[in-house]
Parts: sequence; structure tokens; C-alpha cells
Amino acid sequence: MQTETRSEQFVPSSFIGNLLRKLHIDIPLFIGLLLVCSLSFLILYSAGGQDINILMRQGARIGVAFILMIVLAHINPQHFHRHSAALYIFGVLLLLTVLLVGQIGKGAQRWLDLGLFRFQPSEMIKITTPMMIAWYLSGYTLPPKPMQLFRAAVLIIIPTLLIAKQPDLGTSLLVASSGAAVLFFAGLSWRFMLITVAALASLTPVLWHFMRDYQKGRVLTLLNPEADPLGKGYHIIQSKIAIGSGGIHGKGWLGSTQAKLDFLPESSTDFIFAVYAEEFGFSGCLGLLVLYLLIISRCLYISVQAQDTYSRLLAGSLTFTFFVYVFVNIGMVIGILPVVGVPLPLISYGGTSMVTLLASFGILMSIHTHRKLLPT
Amino acid sequence: MVDMTRYNAIKDPLAENRIFLSRVVAVFIIVLLLTFGLIARLVYLQVVGHEHYSTMAKSNRIKIVPLIPTRGIIYDRHGRVLAENIPSYSLELIPEQIKDLDDTLQKLQQLLDIPDEKIEQFLKQKKREKRFSSVPLLLRMSDEEVAKFSVVRPYYPGVDVHARLVRHYPYDILTAHVVGYVGRINEKELKSLPMSEYRGTHHVGKIGIEKAYESQLHGQTGYSEIETNAQGRSVKSVASDDPVPGANLYLTLDIDLQKTAYQALEGYNGAVVALEVKTGDILVFTSRPGFDPNPFVYGISSKAYKALQLSDDRPMFNRALRGQYPPGSTIKPFMGLAGLEYKVTDFQHKLYCPGYYQLPKVKHKYRDWKKWGHGWVDLNDAVTQSCDVYFYDLARTLGIDRMHDFLQKFGFGEKTGVDLVGEKSGLLPSREWKRKTRKQPWYPGETLIAGIGQGFMQVTPLQLARATATLANRGRVVMPHLVDRIVNSNYTKAGVSKSKSQINLNPKNVEDIVSAMVNVVHGARGTARTLKQDINYLIAGKTGTAQVFSVKQEEKYNEDEIAFKLRDHALFITFAPAYDPQIAVAVIVENGGHGGSVAAPIAGKIMKQFLMGPEEVVDAN
Repeated sequence: MQTETRSEQFVPSSFIGNLLRKLHIDIPLFIGLLLVCSLSFLILYSAGGQDINILMRQGARIGVAFILMIVLAHINPQHFHRHSAALYIFGVLLLLTVLLVGQIGKGAQRWLDLGLFRFQPSEMIKITTPMMIAWYLSGYTLPPKPMQLFRAAVLIIIPTLLIAKQPDLGTSLLVASSGAAVLFFAGLSWRFMLITVAALASLTPVLWHFMRDYQKGRVLTLLNPEADPLGKGYHIIQSKIAIGSGGIHGKGWLGSTQAKLDFLPESSTDFIFAVYAEEFGFSGCLGLLVLYLLIISRCLYISVQAQDTYSRLLAGSLTFTFFVYVFVNIGMVIGILPVVGVPLPLISYGGTSMVTLLASFGILMSIHTHRKLLPT
Repeated sequence: MVDMTRYNAIKDPLAENRIFLSRVVAVFIIVLLLTFGLIARLVYLQVVGHEHYSTMAKSNRIKIVPLIPTRGIIYDRHGRVLAENIPSYSLELIPEQIKDLDDTLQKLQQLLDIPDEKIEQFLKQKKREKRFSSVPLLLRMSDEEVAKFSVVRPYYPGVDVHARLVRHYPYDILTAHVVGYVGRINEKELKSLPMSEYRGTHHVGKIGIEKAYESQLHGQTGYSEIETNAQGRSVKSVASDDPVPGANLYLTLDIDLQKTAYQALEGYNGAVVALEVKTGDILVFTSRPGFDPNPFVYGISSKAYKALQLSDDRPMFNRALRGQYPPGSTIKPFMGLAGLEYKVTDFQHKLYCPGYYQLPKVKHKYRDWKKWGHGWVDLNDAVTQSCDVYFYDLARTLGIDRMHDFLQKFGFGEKTGVDLVGEKSGLLPSREWKRKTRKQPWYPGETLIAGIGQGFMQVTPLQLARATATLANRGRVVMPHLVDRIVNSNYTKAGVSKSKSQINLNPKNVEDIVSAMVNVVHGARGTARTLKQDINYLIAGKTGTAQVFSVKQEEKYNEDEIAFKLRDHALFITFAPAYDPQIAVAVIVENGGHGGSVAAPIAGKIMKQFLMGPEEVVDAN
């Protein structure tokens, strides 16, 4: 409990410190998030061709996302617990709606147009799925029994498949991993996990069969980018050149030439890490990774401190999902994972993931700041 | 069962805590390990491989430049070029290489006398493109402009003259609604087009064949690896992957006939569609007024565009494809055939026409166009003289349901499926349609009105031509199409598969109707008898007059007194030779007045030229 006392005294009873505490904001986490978000502005300014409009839009999104985070931090986690199932069902119904509407339109359909703003139900599912699984499992003695595991697996697979059908491989991967993370934290046996992994591996050829052509292309490209240097492989080759040419110290802010050149069309969104790595070099990358690690550590700490099973499982899963974001995005940009549409969390340009991520941090803060002061 | 056990189990918080803690530690270790994996890879790329990638970055002076494929050429049925690519010089700027863009633009504007609008257009396009890509400022430079710029070129780094192929439509106004045109790719298209295929392409088909066959016409983009000097100017090509030119299209259109049709419409707005009866080949597809598509290629000025859009004659409106008109009396042959097929009348059955028709117990008089009536008429007379009363009576006995079902077989109320984008489906009313869209029951009077092709019923000129050709074919359904074949370096492909469906009709009934239609032209009292002069074949036809506004009861209608815009539309459908049909034509002349005097001669000219050759026409004049 030493750390706890420290964090309570992190900002001595100054005005701001009091205000933040009243707002149910966890100060160390808040500072970490602010740091990453400010970094986002720096990189976006450079990657977006020094366009101030992009910054304004991103600023507006971050603002909205922070407000949502603070609102969620205010809500007692008991309320999340009580409404988990309803939120989950609501999210799945929205997904079905999107699919049906999408079938009437054509191509990928992820949005629900609510007139005033557009809403992506698959983003909401990223949070409601772990909520549902945590709620379901927390009703039983842990570790979960096979029957409970089976039911939980079905609850995870439903939204995952619905999203994969959109098709949005990146998001369905994140949803599946957020659900699986709950199972893991609930004490899923290591042996069971090994068997599952082996079974999945043996299913790979079947999966391959069901993948769309462009998805297959991305995997093949990863395995051998030089095979099609002008086409699909060009993306990864250019990205590697950009990162590699950054060296240890980088070319300095606004100094990137490669990442912004020619064939990196997503340099502000999914491939923004290439711009960052070229400008800030290895040392900058290390710094960013450490920053992410600090945020993750704080979140894991919050999970351990949580007072009931539901909060613990949910907090652990949300934290793990955040790491999956980081790992999948950076992994794809540096060419060790196939290209799936996962943004670099809190940095990539684009609103939806920003809002979901900060919402999940809001839930973490709520879990942490609503603890009853019991001697343990 | 589940809920029984739920919350009843004795929980062991300490054990759960222990499991959870161990899992958090495990996750933390996994996170650390994977992060180290990322770091290791970054070390490999940024520390170990730095030199290698640095050299590659420097040699990225070798730019990959897209090689734009040549767009396919569009020919008419006799191989005359309707859309081609002509070389043209354009002044292009690479914003990244220009230090002071505003200053450069100002100087260029003075030098070459560029209108402000072009500068604005350039700035707009610049925003959409990457900073390093070449953005055109002036297209179609004159030789003089090229010379003027060449002299000062060394003082303008990042500005260059490029030779590009630019789309050109030699028959401009004649083909605007068929061939369409290409224009600059706009923001919406940018999102929907496959980016890798359109790298370097600035134009895309906007309407007509150019749009419908965009993917075939475009071809495949190639790449050239080009070494550039420090200023970014190309030095030499290192390697290349050649583009695949787009496929050439051979249309079924006959540009001579198209010209005849367009000129014959002189003084009116309207549309003409002519089909080759047996194949469904579209020979003529005219909508007048047309417009010159060429300015759209290099960016039409907003003033000129506004003028086109605001014109009362609506030149941008494709009347042949999207114009929906009441068919008027041109529906009568089909109605007559319906009566014969359903056996509610026979060809000899006679009816007295007093000049109006009344439903039992209703005071309202449904008028005939001939105020004093046609007297005793059989079906042949009713078609030749276009007696309304006969068809009021026929419609009443048939009923709207059978009318709807029969006319639908001829393609009314449905898109023809022609190979163009944006076709309208017209409207074939039915009891169900009215209940669904208007939430109203069907009234008996509406059946009468529909029987003479008025009221709710609407057809497009293309539909009318298709129905006529299907009738000429004695029921074999025709599928109108514009592309005959697609020719690539590797293959030749037929445009649209031909329809094989056949409407089940009694041949005797069809021949009766055809003979009545022949009498429309060759009979003594036919409404289109002016057509029979100077020809060596028989024509079957039917005139039509579609009301633009309705005439009140007992009110006399005077063509001269009402404003031109409120005058009736003139229609004519026809095919020839009547007993060996080769060509079917549908003509709609907006506000043309009467079908026989205005629309029929237009169709007559086209058929004569098609069947007897153009020389005969010249001789006749």
C-alpha cells in the first residue's frame, strides 16, 4: 500500500490536485495519457504535411474523448456491472443492424449514420464484450469450469464473427483478444490454452480458405515483401526504409523525407509510427515504448488494486487490449506482423479509436477511484 | 440451472486473488517480452541496418513514376472514331519543389495570361494531391504558350511542360449523351476508385459509355523507375513495367444516322432511339439539345457550366435514357394486341364512336381527340385513326390488372438494362403500385386514361423503342445495347449477351396489329400517311400525342393559343420493312404538337437512310 499513499500525495493538496481528485481522475494515468496525446500532435503536424486543420480536428476529437473519459470515471463501477449484459446485447444488435444496412449498400459497412454524427458499433463492442465476459465469469467461483468457458467463448465469438464479416479484421482481432484476456485473467489453465493454440494452428489452412484475397495478399506480402516490390510489398519496404534510415537519433522533427514520400498513403493514420521512427530515431522509439509501458504498468496496478472480481477482470482485459493495439500496430509497421487496420493508440489520426481507448481508461479510473477504503 | 448455481457457490476470495495476481504477473512478463521483441526488431532496422536503409533512402532518388495507360478508343459500328486521345501539352507544377508558390503562380499568370479561375482550380486540385506530385495548371497549351514558357523554364524549378494524351470527341455534340465524357477525378471518386490502378491518372469517365465501361477503357497502370537529379528532374529511366492500354470499344451506333436524327430534331427538344430489330443494336441514341463534351475534359469554366445547367432546354439531361413521357396513343397497338390475346375483342368487332365515352352512372365525358367522333370503327380503324373511344372501351373490359401484366411483358415499367448508367424505369401503373405509393385505391376512370397512354403511365424513349422492336420481332424480346465488342490486345469480347426470351403470342393477332400499323402509314386515313412517299418498302407505325396539361371539359383546344411549353409532346413509333423488320425507331418531340406531322418524318428520314442508303436521300433532296 505504499505506492498508494505515494500516489495520493502525487500532487500535494494544490488546487489542481484537488480538482482532479474530485473529478475521479487517476493522476499518474492522466499524466501518461496527456504526454502521449501531446506527442500525437507533434507527429501529426509533421506527418500530415504541416496542415493545421488536421491538428484542429484531432484536437477536437481528443477533447471529446477526454470528456467522455471523465464522465465514465465518475460512474461507479457497480453500474457497469449491473448493465454489462444489456450493453453487450445492445452492441450486438447494433452490429447486426450495420450488417443488414451494409448488405443494402455495398462494400464494407461499419458505420451507423445517426444524422448528427456517425457511429461505429464495432468500437463500442471492444468495451462491452470484456464487460459481458467479466460479468458472466464473476458470478462463479474462479477458475471457470469447462461449461462456463464454452459459454464465454460463444459470447466472444458472436461479435468477433459479426465484425469480421464487415469485413474489419483488425477490430475483430481486438474484440477477440479482449474477450480472451478476461478468460486468461480469470485463471484459464495453461494446458487448456496450449491445446487451444495448437488447435487454432491446425485450423490455419481452413482459415486461409475463408480469407478474402486482399487479406491473403497481406499475409503473403509479410512473408516476402520483395516478391511484389511495386505492388503490395511496396508499403512495407518503404516503411522499413523510413524507419531504418532514422538511425539512432533520427532526422529531427519535421525532418522525415522517406516516410512522407511517395507510397506511404496512410502516413497519418495506421503507418504514423514510420514517420515517428524516422524523425526521432531509435531513442525516440524506445522513449515511446517506455511511455506505453508505464501506462500499462499503472493500469495493471489498478487491476490488482481493484476490490471485486468483475472490476479486476475488466481492468485487466482493457489494459491487455491497449497493449495489443500497441504491439499489433508497431509490429505491422516494422514488418513483423501482417498489415491489419489497427491504429497506433492515442497517436494515429482518426476519431473512433481515440474515443474508445480513452473511454476504457475512464472505466479504469472509475474502478480505481471508487474503491471503498477498507483495510485489507 | 445456470442461475441456480450463480452466486450460490462459496467463493474463495483469497484463492481468486492469488490466481489473479499470478495472471497479472504473467501478463506483465508477456508484455515485457513482446516489447523486447519490438525493440530487437527496431535495433535491427535502426541500428544494425541503419547504413543499409540510409543508402536505400538516398537511392530513393530513384522515383517510381506511374506510366499512365492509354485509354481505349471508342468507334461507331463502321469504325469511325467517336472518342480518341490526342497529344496535348500541359503546364504542370510540383508544389514541393517550388519555394514560393504564390509568387511563381503570379509570374506564370502574367507570362501566359492565365485566367484566375484556372489558378483557383489548380489550388483546389493541389490540396487533394501529395506535395511531390505533379499538378496540372494549364491543359491544352498552344504552341505559342509552350514556346513562351520554354524560354524562361530554367528560372522555374518545379514547373515543367508535359506532353499528355487528352481525350477528344470529334463528333462533340452528337455523341455527348451516348459516349459521354471523361473529367477530372473528384473527391468522391478518389475514394471509390482503386488507388493503385489510378496512380497518375487524372481523368475518369463521368457519364455515358465512358463511365459505364470505365474499367475496360482505363487499362492497367505501369511503373517506371526513374533516376532524378537533386532538383527532382528526371535523368534517366532505370527499369519499367509497361502499362496495359485500355480496351477499344466498338459501338453499335451509326454516327451518320445519329447525325440525321439530331439534325431532324432541329428546332425542338426531344429524343430519338433506333434499334436494329433482330440484334437489339442501338443505331441511334439522340437527345437534343446536346452539348459539347470536350470542355469537360480539360475543365469547363464554371460560367459555361452554369449556363448549361440553368438553360431551360436542359442540354445535360439525357432524354433518351432518363426522359419519362406519357406514351399517348403509341400504347394503342400494344393495348389492341392485349385485347386480342385476352380475347376480350376481335379484330372485326365494331364500336360506335360519338366523340366521347362515359362510364355507366358517371356524368364525366372522356373525350376523343376528334370532337365529332369517328363513327363506326373496328380495331384496324381504331389504330389507323387513333380512335380514343375504342380504347377507352377496350381498357374498361380488360381492366388495369390485365393491362399491367400484358404491357409489362414488353418491358414497360422496367429498365431495359442498356449498358449505360442512370437509366430510368418509367412507370407502368397498377392497383398495387397505387396502393403502395399513393395509399389510394384504383379508380375505374384511371383505367380508361391508361388505355390511351395518359395518366400515370410513363415511358422512356429507349423503352418505347425496345417495345416496338419486340413487337416487330413478333414477340421475341429485344435487349438494347450500345457496345458491340470490346477489343483488347489479347481478346475480343462481345459487349452484352443477347436476350433469348420470347413472349407467347398468337401469330394471327400479331399480324392483325401489324397490318393496322401498316395502315397508319399506307392507309388512306392513316395518321402518318405523309411517310409513304418515295420508299420501296412498307412501314408499320403509330403516332402519339401526349398531353402536357389536361383540357377541361367542353373546352376547345387550340394549338396556336397556348404557350409553346404547354403544347403536347409528339410521339411516333415505327418499324420497317413491316414484314421483314430490320429497324425500329421511337421518336419523342417535346412540345411538338401532333405525332403524325412532327415526329413521324424524323423516323421516316432515319429508316430511309438505313434501308435505302444515304445517296437516295441526297437524290430526293
